[in-house]
Amino acid sequence: MSGEIKHEWPLFEVFVRAKRGLNHVHVGSLRAADHEMALHHARDLYTRRNEGVSIWVVRSDDVVASGPDEKDAFFAPSGDKVYRHPTYYAIPDSVPHI
Amino acid sequence: MSFDDAYQSLTDHDDDARWAYGTGFSDPLAGVPTALPDGVDGAALAAYCLMIGDDALIMSHRLQQWVTRAPELEDEMALANIGLDLLGQARLLLTRAGEAEGAGRDEDALAYLRDASDFRHVRLVERADADFAHLIARLLVFATWRLALLDRLSASRDPVLAAIGAKGVKEVAYHRDYAAGWTVRLGDGTDLSHQRMQAAVDEVWPLLGELFEPHATELALAGVAVDPSTVRAECDAVFSQVLHAATLDTPAAPPASGVSTTVSAVTGGAVLSEGAVLVPAPTGGAASGDASARLGGRGRDGVHGAELGEILEELQGLARANPGGVW
Repeated sequence: MSGEIKHEWPLFEVFVRAKRGLNHVHVGSLRAADHEMALHHARDLYTRRNEGVSIWVVRSDDVVASGPDEKDAFFAPSGDKVYRHPTYYAIPDSVPHI
Repeated sequence: MSFDDAYQSLTDHDDDARWAYGTGFSDPLAGVPTALPDGVDGAALAAYCLMIGDDALIMSHRLQQWVTRAPELEDEMALANIGLDLLGQARLLLTRAGEAEGAGRDEDALAYLRDASDFRHVRLVERADADFAHLIARLLVFATWRLALLDRLSASRDPVLAAIGAKGVKEVAYHRDYAAGWTVRLGDGTDLSHQRMQAAVDEVWPLLGELFEPHATELALAGVAVDPSTVRAECDAVFSQVLHAATLDTPAAPPASGVSTTVSAVTGGAVLSEGAVLVPAPTGGAASGDASARLGGRGRDGVHGAELGEILEELQGLARANPGGVW
């Protein structure tokens, strides 16, 4: 093991897939000493009520997020492009997750 | 499975609209016949269910005592989950014991209204933990042993025990993983964590002999119960693998037979190492009482230490003070 002792474990983000065919969804975060422990902790914290069939964990440090300063440049231009929405099509009742 | 519509396969479990997640729960004993199998003695089956049910009940209680005391929030949840798994197993087994006994006692009567000398668990599960390393050492031994027993039990001639075994295997496999992971982390960690993990293993090891010593009840129920001496080699292989990965020394294992004499010989060592414990027990006044009384007899015959008295006071106090009370 590496020499330096850290007194606080690093933060991990947890993604859980509820069932086959759905996407992994961010459910929260936790602290753990490494990736393996993070997976175990995620299982214990976020799937106790039968929530998942698959877990991803990612070091929070490795997540790159867009900043509030970039909000306009990033998101405002899509506000008036109504033609990008496929509203013409009727969605069948049997398609639950759009 | 085949569906006319591909999306149906995603939604077929949505039978309860209140929950965003977690539908599709199942009863582990659904459809399992509860009648006693032919030729099985009800009293013997009840006694056996009490043994392995009490193992789970008392170990669960010790795990629950770690809630609010664990080193990290995440581990607190892990320990609580493990305790709840074992409590679930205890409930099924005590219920089965009551059915087999046929005297009208249910799981609550057996858990709350029995005296210490009527409990049949092995001494390993009642021991108070001096620190987190002690808990991990106990859990490693307990889960490895119980996993092997439940695996064999899933082929029991009693359909209820077989179903409980099959359900428990999946739970206890995770408990063993958790304990093995921490054993390696602490053993192969810093000098201090290594030293404390080794001390914990050294103190827990003298309690191993009892786990693999077959009891008359187990031997009388061939095909229904599991003879624990048959899982010794498998468990020893796991212990050796985990302790080796953790860079820990395996203490000399007590032999599987002659527990009462062997254990008294190692009592001195156990007491000495108790005096060397660095951190106070999370339960307060743990490890008190006469050590020779604690280690001198078999838990399976109802011989327990003062530690069990403390557990039962906590476990049974409310139920005994309010007979028949419900929430």
